Amino acid sequence: MTILPILKKLGSLALTLFAASILVFCSMYFVPGNPVSFLLRGRSPSAEAVAAVTAQYGLDKPVPEQYVDWLANVLHGDFGRSFQYREDVSTLIASRAPATIGLVALAGLIIGILGLAAGITAALNQGRAADQAILLASTGLAAIPSFVGAIVLIAFFAVQLGWFPSFGSGNGFLDALYHLVLPALALAATFVALVARVTRTSMLEQLGREHVEVAVSRGIGRGHVIRRHVLRNALGPILTVSGVLVAGLLVASSIVEQSFGLSGIGSLLVQSVDRLDFPVVQAIVLLIVVIFVTMNTVVDLLAPVIDPRSMAGAAAR
Amino acid sequence: MTTFPLTRAVPRHFRPRSGNPLFTAAIILAMVMVIAAAAATLIAPYDPDFVDLGNVLSAPSPAHWLGTDAVGRDTLSRMMFGARTALLGPLLVVLLSTALGIGFGLLAGWFGGWIDAVLCRVFDLLFAFPALLLAILAVAIFGKGLTAPVAAMTIAYIPYVARLVRSLVVSERGRPYVTAYRVQGFAGCWIAVKRVLPNVMPTVGAQSTLNFGYVLADLASLSFLGLGVQPPAADWGAMINDSRGALMSGQSLPALVPAIAVVLVVIAMNIIGENLSDRIGGRRQP
Repeated sequence: MTILPILKKLGSLALTLFAASILVFCSMYFVPGNPVSFLLRGRSPSAEAVAAVTAQYGLDKPVPEQYVDWLANVLHGDFGRSFQYREDVSTLIASRAPATIGLVALAGLIIGILGLAAGITAALNQGRAADQAILLASTGLAAIPSFVGAIVLIAFFAVQLGWFPSFGSGNGFLDALYHLVLPALALAATFVALVARVTRTSMLEQLGREHVEVAVSRGIGRGHVIRRHVLRNALGPILTVSGVLVAGLLVASSIVEQSFGLSGIGSLLVQSVDRLDFPVVQAIVLLIVVIFVTMNTVVDLLAPVIDPRSMAGAAAR
Repeated sequence: MTTFPLTRAVPRHFRPRSGNPLFTAAIILAMVMVIAAAAATLIAPYDPDFVDLGNVLSAPSPAHWLGTDAVGRDTLSRMMFGARTALLGPLLVVLLSTALGIGFGLLAGWFGGWIDAVLCRVFDLLFAFPALLLAILAVAIFGKGLTAPVAAMTIAYIPYVARLVRSLVVSERGRPYVTAYRVQGFAGCWIAVKRVLPNVMPTVGAQSTLNFGYVLADLASLSFLGLGVQPPAADWGAMINDSRGALMSGQSLPALVPAIAVVLVVIAMNIIGENLSDRIGGRRQP
């Protein structure tokens, strides 16, 4: 692997993150008027409050200097203090992170297993009943926004059948996992459909290729051909989609957490918007953008590892 | 349909038939929604905000076809009035983002060079913000309601449209008909707007139809979170949020009705959009 394309991708990552950080910082200047009165909306603008906010954002300095100081703090993990909780934003986020990580990890597991299984099954049965059923199911699932998924799951599995809890995060590992089942399913629904469809399309494309025909004609076992010559080659697009998926999962987790009363980063974001707690909003938005852009770059960099031909193609171009 | 060596043969009754009942059903559903929204004041059986505390959470009956909510408001009437914001928001987002996306995409694809490079950088930056996240940030800055999310979603969807238009324009630019117009001395701008643009429009239209469904779901999500359309205004997302207490006590209908409506519209828009793009794809093939 040559070093130049990697550096190029990392440079582009740095540039995007830089621009995104400017956008997130400057967003408080989008409202006409004084940033102090914007930041202190809904709170009593006492002399101390004004002084605290001015000090936190360095509002008595010129704007470029404010940004540089803010960025330096952010890079040191200091996002300022929350107006609502009177706590460091980073502490607040750290205390809320486990719930979100658990939710997204479980949803990711469900998406990986169900999405791949459904996509592979559909591709290998193209045009038959199983394929039609999976296509139909994925069309339906793809149209279920996570809040609808949450409502339906709560209505049937929590209230009607009483199989799962509908609220809170539980105590201990197993109980916490039990509490996460419905939220993770609500979060995963749309994305399972997406992964299934991409897997199906990508598999079908490979199934029609000559090397598969040759392998079959040479009498190589069906399972071996599918694993080594079809699935392996089909992984590229699936990987690309999973990079995009991460952003969707993180944003949708705010809806799911809010529906199921989980205290994660997503519900913190929604509550902070509701309570006009701008430093927390800024921090979480920036965090999600950073994770999303970084994941996409990692996926880009991983592509040649999974499929060395994509690197050769890039070099030839 | 081609069969591959590893796929089993397709039984005859699963092969696609001519005509598409799903497409027809989707069009009918979309029309019903539009009529219900447009004529809500005429055909809604009740005032959507009329509170009847003597008749809360009633089951569907001849008087209330879809029952009533936790404060006795008629669900069907609220659905009809809610269809207005549900359809208007996405319509604005799709129209604005499509118009602006076409403009930027045409600019980038047709002229290329530094304009293309700069615009692509800006698109990349905007891609870093998922639409719903940008909408949440907009609400945090400009306050709750429909305006800030609609503006934010418009901005978030522009790069999707623009990138599609750009790639289509780039591939059209090299085709013989463009060269033919050029050698005849037609101005570049005229060829781009009058001859290339009509050729890319069908594909863009199909994509925008798909986007409509997703925007509707995102805007409903925001209302569900209490960040979009504010109660007591009838809005599907807000109705679901309002009915969460009833849901917990086993009365799921007031929450399920708007939830199902959202899903149906998204499915309908997916079917219409995919059908349109299939037809275009069929026409394009030589």
